Formats: sequence, structure tokens, C-alpha cells
Amino acid sequence: MTTLPEEGVAVPASARVPHQAWAMPARSHWIVAAVIVVALVVPLVAKSFVIFQLTEVMIYGLAILGLNLLTGFSGQFSLGHSAFYGIGAYTAAILMHNYEVGYLWTLPAAGIVCFVVGFLFGLPALRLQNLYLALATFALAVAVPQILKYHGLENWTGGVQGLVVDQPDPPGFLPISTDQWLYYVTLAVVLLMFGAATSLMRSRTGRAIMAIRDNPIAAAAMGINNSLYKTLTFGVSAFYTGVAGALSALVVAFVAPDSFNFLLSVSFLVGLVIGGVGSIPGCLFGGLFVLYVPNIANSISTGLAGAIYGVILLIVIFVMPTGAAGLVRLAVLRLSRARPAPLINPEGGKP
Amino acid sequence: MELVLQQVMAGLANGAIYACMALAVVMIYQAIDHLNFAQGEMAMFSTFIAWQLIAWGQPYWVAFGVTIIASFVAGILIERVLFRPIHNAPVLSSLVAFIALFSILNSSAGYIWDFTIKTFPSPFGQKPLFGNGLMDTHEAGMIGVTLGMLGLLYLFFRGTRLGLAMRAAAANPESARLVGIRVGWMTALGWGMAAAIGAVAGMLIAPVVFLEPNMMLGVLLYGFAGAVLGGLTSPGGAVLGGFAVGVIENLVPLVPYIGPAFGRELKLTFALVLIVVVLMFRPSGLFGRSVVSRV
Repeated sequence: MTTLPEEGVAVPASARVPHQAWAMPARSHWIVAAVIVVALVVPLVAKSFVIFQLTEVMIYGLAILGLNLLTGFSGQFSLGHSAFYGIGAYTAAILMHNYEVGYLWTLPAAGIVCFVVGFLFGLPALRLQNLYLALATFALAVAVPQILKYHGLENWTGGVQGLVVDQPDPPGFLPISTDQWLYYVTLAVVLLMFGAATSLMRSRTGRAIMAIRDNPIAAAAMGINNSLYKTLTFGVSAFYTGVAGALSALVVAFVAPDSFNFLLSVSFLVGLVIGGVGSIPGCLFGGLFVLYVPNIANSISTGLAGAIYGVILLIVIFVMPTGAAGLVRLAVLRLSRARPAPLINPEGGKP
Repeated sequence: MELVLQQVMAGLANGAIYACMALAVVMIYQAIDHLNFAQGEMAMFSTFIAWQLIAWGQPYWVAFGVTIIASFVAGILIERVLFRPIHNAPVLSSLVAFIALFSILNSSAGYIWDFTIKTFPSPFGQKPLFGNGLMDTHEAGMIGVTLGMLGLLYLFFRGTRLGLAMRAAAANPESARLVGIRVGWMTALGWGMAAAIGAVAGMLIAPVVFLEPNMMLGVLLYGFAGAVLGGLTSPGGAVLGGFAVGVIENLVPLVPYIGPAFGRELKLTFALVLIVVVLMFRPSGLFGRSVVSRV
């Protein structure tokens, strides 16, 4: 009984804190809803090639999210995600090409295969840190295209030539093209998986993963099984990137060993950093960057495309060293600080 | 046995290339605590400068000396202009800056000197050494120069005040600053030295792999593997690691059962898997110091 008035007294001073804590997710929910509405409408008006590109952006975003789960949230470094992307793409292609499995079933299959490979690879990776882990994952990135090309597996993988994948037709009752249909399939998968990743990172498991990143010893002291969570994160990360690879096999309608080389891993890494390490929506921005900026550089000058790309990359790193997500966070912080400032500091002097 | 010997010699010859590069990789790692992805491209660009000087009629050794000095200055400039402003950025951001530098150097070299393959002269000639086909004079010279550089670096880091200051700046920047070492300039100097060593490596490698903008990609990756295998904190270990990578890569096809079945196609994969297995048992490389941190 006596506590109520006391709380009532405390309200004027502290009301802003719980109110803002409530308002922030609501605002971001509106932004997410608006983005989804735009994403649903765009393919109805855009050209077929643009739809294809946007589908690729989402797929890259998903692959980068996979890398982000590992690097951004669990603090493990990887140059090997092109391998998981390739394994996912090949799993989907082999299932469709050799076993005539329905295309939607290939996505979870690719994810599961990659989860197992990622989990197994996470076991030796437990021993290695930083650059040594980078080398181990790099070995994976180099090994996978070579294994895919290996003549002993040609019956499955098609060797150097790769495999052609039949693109699925849109369901008969929908008056849309294949490109539009694949766009919507990708959008659905991406929304589902981004949502799942967000929930995962807000859960007890996610907090455990981040605790290991921030201080492994303290995390172990809290009773977290470091080895289990680290290997599981490796598996989940590979799952995400593998599903992205399977989607890419559907959209591009073709898989070849050399498209999953080490440079693809580097692209993912660039997308991760540009989007923002540890930011889930940032991954999509990373996907946009990875797909469009090389094209822009190429359109400015064909001969110096690489140099222009490099200069753009440097400028972006100089302007936002913590990625797009870091920039947004900083802007939000500045804006929200700018409003109450006159109340606290009537002279308007800068602190 | 004859075959094994031959493969080992061929491996040592390849390994000398990797060892050269591994040494440059470790040098810059010591100075800046990052792995420089653009190292190979910096070496490639330096080699193109030497090629241009020779094409303009300069004698080999003049071109050699001028290139090393130019690379040293360029390395310092790159640190001052590009990497000083972001030295507080997260590790991954500086990694992307390295990738950017890689892309810029690769693309501009292709633009200036085009992508056709060019031959690069060797100061040691390319006659067979000892009259048999196991190793030629250039490869022997390359091994000699790599070991020579290693010796000089050892003397520099162990025997001079500047070397001590550089080691202090890399090992503990805060304390080094407190005793009056200009840590920023030590880092810049490290960049300069790494660029100069890279230039030497590039000019030694170019006669073997031929000169073109993409010549260094594979070499850098092997050099990186060698450096990690030997231990990133140990220049001597890196050189040994580089040789080891070359030898392992050449011996894999001879291993019974595995060799004939997988042969040449998968030899790189096997070499890398072997390195990873070694790292399982020695997570800081064969000769690296394991970092102990206080809780």
C-alpha cells in the first residue's frame, strides 16, 4: 500500500526512461513494416533485371547475416563462408538435378547439410583464434572449389562444367513471372530467417553467445558451455549461408565450382563490415553494397573499376568506420540527445 | 628416393618464394599487429616500378636500389595517409581498408602496365646449379637472399636501439610511449620496412612466376600459410614455414594411397589440411609464442 505513492513520486524523474525504452522498438517496428511493404510492391513495378538484382541483394544479405552471426555475435573470424555458400548451392543443385527433389525442399536440406559441415568444422576451430582461425577457414574456402571440381565426384557435381538447375515455375493461379516468383520466395525466406536471427540473439542463447564473445572466461564462470555454444554458432552460421547458397542456385539457375572461390568470402566480409558488424538489418545494406558498388565502379571506368571500387571502399571506411549500422546508431544518439539538451543546459553551451 | 629428393628440391625452390613473402608478412604483423592483405599487391607494384626502370635503360642494380628506397617511402606514406586516420577503427574495418588498397593497386597496375605477362631478369642467371636439374642458380640465389634478409633483420631487431624501440612499440604501445618512443612513427617505419622487404621478394619472385598484376595473389596466400604455420611472432619460423609449405605441397602426390588417388588436383587442399592439423596441436604456429593474458 505504501509503495504505490512512492512510485508515484518517482514517476516525473524516471518516466522518460521506460517510455523511451518502449518507444524505440515501436518506431523500429514501423520502419520494418514500411520496408516490407515497399519490398512487396517493388517487383510489381520494376523491370525484370532489377528484380533479379534485388533478389541477389537479399541472398547476399542472408549470406552476410550468416557470417555476422559468427563474426559479429560470436567473435569468431571466417574467410570460409564462400565454402558454405557453395556447399548450399551444390546441395540444392544436386538434389534437383539428380534426384528431382522439389525446389522448396532443397532449401532446408542445404541448410542442414551446411549446419553439419559447419558444426564439424567448428570443432577444430575451437583450438584456433584470430588469424589462425582465419587460415583454417581460408583452407576451407580453397578446398571446396577444388573438391567440387575433383574428377572422382563428377557424376554428382558435374566437374568443372557445373550443373544447370531448372528454374521453378510460379504456381498457376498467380499471374506473375518466374523472376517475380523467385523474388517473393526469397523475400519470404529472408524475412523468416532475419526474424529468427533477431529472436535468437535476444534470447538466453543469444546472450550466452555474446557473453562468450565479450569475455570467454567470465562466460565460462557463469556456467556457459563455451565449446558447445561456439560450435553451435558455427553450425547455425553455416546454415544461414548455406540456405543463401541454395537460393542463389535457384535464382542463377546454374552452379559452377569457381564461382564459390575465396573472393566471394572477401565480398561477404566487405558486406559485413560496411553493413555493420553485429547488426542484423545492416546485413541487407551490406548486400546492396556488395552487389551494386562494383557495378557503379565499372560504369565509371572499365579499366580502373577495381581502383574506383577501392577508393569508394576507403571513403566508406573513413566516413563510417563502424559500418552503416554504427552510423545510424550515432545519428539516432545525436538526434535524441539534441532534443533534451536545452532542458538540461539552458545556456546552450556544449558540454 | 631419387624422386623424393627431386620433389624436395623443387619444393625448396617454391618454398623460397613463399618464405620471402612470409617474412614480409611477419614483419608487418610485428609492426602493426594486423595482417596486411595488400602486401602482395604492394610487392607487385614495386616490381613493376623496377621493370619500368629497367625498360628505361637503367642497370639492374640501380633499378633494384631505387625500387627498394621508393617502396620504403611509399610504405611510410601509405601508413601516414591511409591507415593513421583509422588506427582506432575496429580490426575488421582496417581489414576492409587493406582489401581496398589491394583492389586499388591491382587495378591501377593493370591500367598502367596492362595485363600481359612480362619477363623479369634475374641477377643470378637461370642456369642449372651443380650441373643437375634439381635447382637453378636463381632459385639458389633466392634462398640465399631470403636467409640473408632474415639475418639482417635479426641483427637489426636484436642489436640496434631503433630495432628495440620498434619491438617495444609493437609489444606494448602505451608503455613504449611513456618511455619516449614515438609509437606512430615506429609503426610507419614498420610499414616502410615491410614494403621494402616485399619489393625484394617481388623482384626475386618475378623471374619465376613472370610479372603481371595478379602474380602475387597465390604467392601471398602461400606466404600467409607459411607465416601462420611457422608462427606469426617469429620471423625465423615464418621463413621455415614458407619452405615447409613448398616442400609439403610437392611431396603430397608421392604419399602412398592418398597421392595417386588425389594427385595433383587436390595437392593444395592437402597441404592446407595438413597445416590446419598442425595448428590443432600448436595453435600459435610451430615457433610462435602463445599469448598469455592476465585475467
